[in-house]
Amino acid sequence: MTHPIVELRGVSKHYGEGAARVDAVQSLDLDIHAGTVAGLLGPSGSGKSTVLNLIGAIVDPSAGRIRLDGDAVFDNGWLRTDLRRLRLEKIGFIFQFHNLIPFLTVTENIEVVLHLAGWPKARARQRADELLDYLQVADRAAAMPAQLSGGQAQRVAIARALANRPRIILADEPTAALDSQRAGIVMDLLRQVAVEQGAAVIVVTHDDKIMSRFDVRHTLRDGRLVPS
Amino acid sequence: MNLAIRDIRHHLGRFVLTCLGLSLLLGVVISMIGIYRGLVADALVLVRAPAADLWVVEGGTRGPFAESSRIPRDTRNSVARIDGVAEAGSVTYQSVQVEVDGRPQRVFVIGFEPGRLGGPVRLEDGRSLVRSHFELVADIRTGLALGQRVRIGSDVFTVVGRTRGQVDSGGNPVVHMSLLDAQRLQFEQDGGAARNQAARGQQINPHQINAVLARLQPGTDAGAVAGAVERWKHLSALTQDRQEGLLLTAVVEKARKQIGMFTVTLLTVSTVIIALIVHTMTLDKVREIATLKLIGAPDRTILGLIVQQALAMGAISFLIGAALITAAAEHFPRRVIIEGADVAALAGVVTVVCVIASLLGVRHAVKIDPAQALGG
Repeated sequence: MTHPIVELRGVSKHYGEGAARVDAVQSLDLDIHAGTVAGLLGPSGSGKSTVLNLIGAIVDPSAGRIRLDGDAVFDNGWLRTDLRRLRLEKIGFIFQFHNLIPFLTVTENIEVVLHLAGWPKARARQRADELLDYLQVADRAAAMPAQLSGGQAQRVAIARALANRPRIILADEPTAALDSQRAGIVMDLLRQVAVEQGAAVIVVTHDDKIMSRFDVRHTLRDGRLVPS
Repeated sequence: MNLAIRDIRHHLGRFVLTCLGLSLLLGVVISMIGIYRGLVADALVLVRAPAADLWVVEGGTRGPFAESSRIPRDTRNSVARIDGVAEAGSVTYQSVQVEVDGRPQRVFVIGFEPGRLGGPVRLEDGRSLVRSHFELVADIRTGLALGQRVRIGSDVFTVVGRTRGQVDSGGNPVVHMSLLDAQRLQFEQDGGAARNQAARGQQINPHQINAVLARLQPGTDAGAVAGAVERWKHLSALTQDRQEGLLLTAVVEKARKQIGMFTVTLLTVSTVIIALIVHTMTLDKVREIATLKLIGAPDRTILGLIVQQALAMGAISFLIGAALITAAAEHFPRRVIIEGADVAALAGVVTVVCVIASLLGVRHAVKIDPAQALGG
């Protein structure tokens, strides 16, 4: 059995103190393996977005240990000082509303990640072209995000998330703004990425259209995992 | 990849309009400095035009510009005989109002002895005075044409020559006439007033002048000659440097402070406006900045986006403003002098202003939480 790509042990997150304390996540143990598309499910306020933010090093855990792609990154405190670099190296993000940078072309939206990661210009352009080809939006390479359909924009967002070859893809409601057909296409793409690139894909959703598309489903309620 | 340029390109229309508005403000700042330079230049035109080394004026005064000065006309002969004086000329100065083509026009009249120090140095067209009476050399700013006749006081003069850029410290154009005509204009009264003064036993001596200009022989110590002049207790002698200093402190100093304070106020207003624009631009990009932070952009990338845009806005606005004011300078009622060194210094100030102004946007951008990129 290989090590999980995402490994959470006893991870908790609370906001506030005393009477105002809210336990968003409590003593969470979670493993996500390479090649897996995992669903993080639960009603609103169950803590699923907090879990996504914890894995994405966006919020500080209150306690616990986190390993990402084999590296211990949190052990009752961050073990790395530059969390943005950590995200850049290990994590790709896909958002509900694609969040493409509106003043960059489709190609530039992908290149920006690679430039931040220090890729040479020519290689970054080549990688962006490969990804757009892979996601079948190469014909929109020069378009601005505002000129794309919802499905096209989400494909470009997936291409950006994959640009630096991260082993972890975090998707926050990636299909909420899409119809059933396009939602299915996006989920197929995420599965393809998981399998071909050996990535762990974690999708936060309460979109019924895609419930059957996960390899594993983790359901949260009141900050704790409950049997699905 | 330069994010600032790409954002500007994406919102080009809005950016250009913002720059145009800002350019007008910065143009006013540039014009303020140009107006001050013009003020100083105008103030010094009269003093520098005769290229004199020494100004002999009424004793105990700092005339003839900062204070009034009246001395006997024969003072010139005394001054001319002092050892080291190459040449000397008597002059009178006064402001009068004339009518040019039916419009009232304030002019500064210089009376001088044709062929001696104090006359017009460079003529734009026509000739200098050759007759003792009723000829005039007028600056082009008067609007007078060669050969045109104009009434000044009780006499009618014919314009025989024209100068360019000869104005007094108030920006009024200069006209040159013969000393005799100028004395008559300044000191002689018309019939009724003259009879009244005579009846009081207070007749004005028309054979007075305001100053004697002296040019010294090369190597002569101006201070020594001034000392020799001041042995006559009824006379004072001012060197050229002292005369220029007097004029600047007496005439220009308050205007300099006024314009300086106004310029500082405008620069402060510019800083506030640029800060508000940059802050608004940052607010418009909260989601993009959050996304950039989320995907791993370091703070220097975000700060570069904001500061570079502020600098680009400042630079473009400044260039447009400078071009506008340079083009419009000729149309100002008073001289506006745009000097390269001033423009360069102001460009440096605007750069600092832009960096300071962008701090508000930078402060806001640094605080943006990457989690704001998530959710709807």
